[in-house]
Amino acid sequence: MTFRSFAIAQAEMHILRRNRWLFMATLIMVLFALALTFAGSAPTGTLGVDMLTISVASMTTLSVYLAPLLALMMSFDSISGENDRGSLALLLSYPAGRGEILFGKFMAHLAALSFAMVVGFGTAGALAAYYGGAGSESLIALGRLIATSVLLGAVFLVLGYMVSSLAGSATAAAGASAALWLVFVVLYDLGLLGAVVIDKGGAFTQNIFPWVMVANPADAFRVWNIAASDTVALTSGMTGAASALPVWAAPASLLLWPVLGFVMARAAFQRVEP
Amino acid sequence: MMDSALCIRNVSKFRGKAKVLSDVNLTVKAGERVALLGHNGAGKSTLIKLILGLTGISSGKILIDGAKPGSASARQSTAFLPEAVSFHPALTGREQLKLFARLSGGAKGDVPALLDRVGLSDALDRRIGTYSKGMRQRLGLAQVLLGNPKVALLDEPTSGLDPISRQDLYAIIDELAAQGTAVLIASHALTEVEARTDRIAILRKGEKVADDTLAALSASAGLPTKLRIRANADHADEIARTTGGTRINGASVELLCAPDQKMHELRRIAAMGDTVSDVEMTPPRLEDLYRYFAKGDVS
Ligand SMILES: Nc1ncnc2c1ncn2[C@@H]1O[C@H](COP(=O)(O)OP(=O)(O)O)[C@@H](O)[C@H]1O
Ligand SMILES: [Mg+2]
Repeated sequence: MTFRSFAIAQAEMHILRRNRWLFMATLIMVLFALALTFAGSAPTGTLGVDMLTISVASMTTLSVYLAPLLALMMSFDSISGENDRGSLALLLSYPAGRGEILFGKFMAHLAALSFAMVVGFGTAGALAAYYGGAGSESLIALGRLIATSVLLGAVFLVLGYMVSSLAGSATAAAGASAALWLVFVVLYDLGLLGAVVIDKGGAFTQNIFPWVMVANPADAFRVWNIAASDTVALTSGMTGAASALPVWAAPASLLLWPVLGFVMARAAFQRVEP
Repeated sequence: MMDSALCIRNVSKFRGKAKVLSDVNLTVKAGERVALLGHNGAGKSTLIKLILGLTGISSGKILIDGAKPGSASARQSTAFLPEAVSFHPALTGREQLKLFARLSGGAKGDVPALLDRVGLSDALDRRIGTYSKGMRQRLGLAQVLLGNPKVALLDEPTSGLDPISRQDLYAIIDELAAQGTAVLIASHALTEVEARTDRIAILRKGEKVADDTLAALSASAGLPTKLRIRANADHADEIARTTGGTRINGASVELLCAPDQKMHELRRIAAMGDTVSDVEMTPPRLEDLYRYFAKGDVS
């Protein structure tokens, strides 16, 4: 955005590298991606798809949990931690605006997250392709998985900034972030599932449920990856609701959320008095 | 008024129902060093936050070199040292200062030279996490020197500094003032500000109760000068009787007198001849002035 945002971003990158965060996040991604790729390699022959396709399907399931978690771990103390240290007042006394500060942090965190995703999924994908073969379609699916994981991470980065601004302290922000993760990634789906069961295939299930589902960025991520690739849908055994939606619904949701989240985070940050 | 680098007019601040600052007026001219004194909770930090635009003014007006608090131009011309500041422990001193230099725009400043100026050249590339409290304070001071500020606001700058660093701090403050920066130093510690500021403003429970030079404050407070008379041999009782003072130990008598009575008393003591061996005179100290103004025993 601006020169000042880049200055903030550079300092944040120093911090991420120095406190080993970048290394740990990348390591976690590599280990989980590898474990899933090779644990899921058994049924390859039976379905008649290449190993990379299976690998991408399992990694999609993984990323729904891991991308939001890693993003929140990075962002939850970015405002509250700075306020606890007393350095936020000083930072805000400089000519950089609050939006510029937030955007600078976002750029650095997103870059770190992208690095971990590319290296983690890339390594697992390369190995799966090497051992079990890969078609052009499965390579596209891998690329899509990486891109959508970064987008999903971006959503939870900005939501993390919002929580960090609203919480009084870094400790409170950590608790609120855990709650946020639980709601978006676990409880939301459970609630929807309950509603569908009660509705017994009525109007809600037919017309409203798919839209409510795709409004959650974590579900939009899932739907986008599954709907776009028949083979991924096949192996993960999840179609149904996704097919009731227009193709643009999930991408629209996942692309809109980071922007919406940033605006909300910016508004929350405005209220912070250091 | 408006040509002052910092101009505070009838400023009040409410926190909920509580009035934290009431009708405060204060001006600091370019090159002037003003001490803002007051007990904890008097409202010093709040006033600084108002000047920085970090919190809203309830009523009144503040101008920083003609600009509103929090405006781009005001932030450009203000330097700030927060109370008990700390920085991200993972950054090095050089990286932290480089960030500030880039944020302040235009004037890059020579980062290593600035760190050298505050005595941190050895710790340039060490993580701030390894710094002592005094070193962090000095790093905070280094960023105040970035880009020739018009106004410098220092909140409790001496906390955590050893006496030698305090000397350095005041040398830096003098340097700032000499280059035309208006310096406002908030402090509850009195001993350091005494001789080193041009003016002293005292806040009591959000109200400014004094604002003048040390000499003028002393005169207006009319605080007594303390005379300690050492008696020769065992004349102490006799001296105490004639002067109306009190004996404080075997050979000394202490006497309080109003500023305008001082010479009269001294002449009286001189006339006592051989019975007096020595006289010590203590004018009211800032400490006493502060107690007088800040505690509110104004009769
Ligand atoms: N964020 C805040 N919310 C509510 N009250 C505050 C806040 N900050 C300061 N106060 C109150 O304002 C008064 C002045 O505080 P402060 O300006 O920090 O005093 P000082 O810096 O002189 O010690 C105190 O009574 C304090 O409790
Ligand atoms: Mg204070």
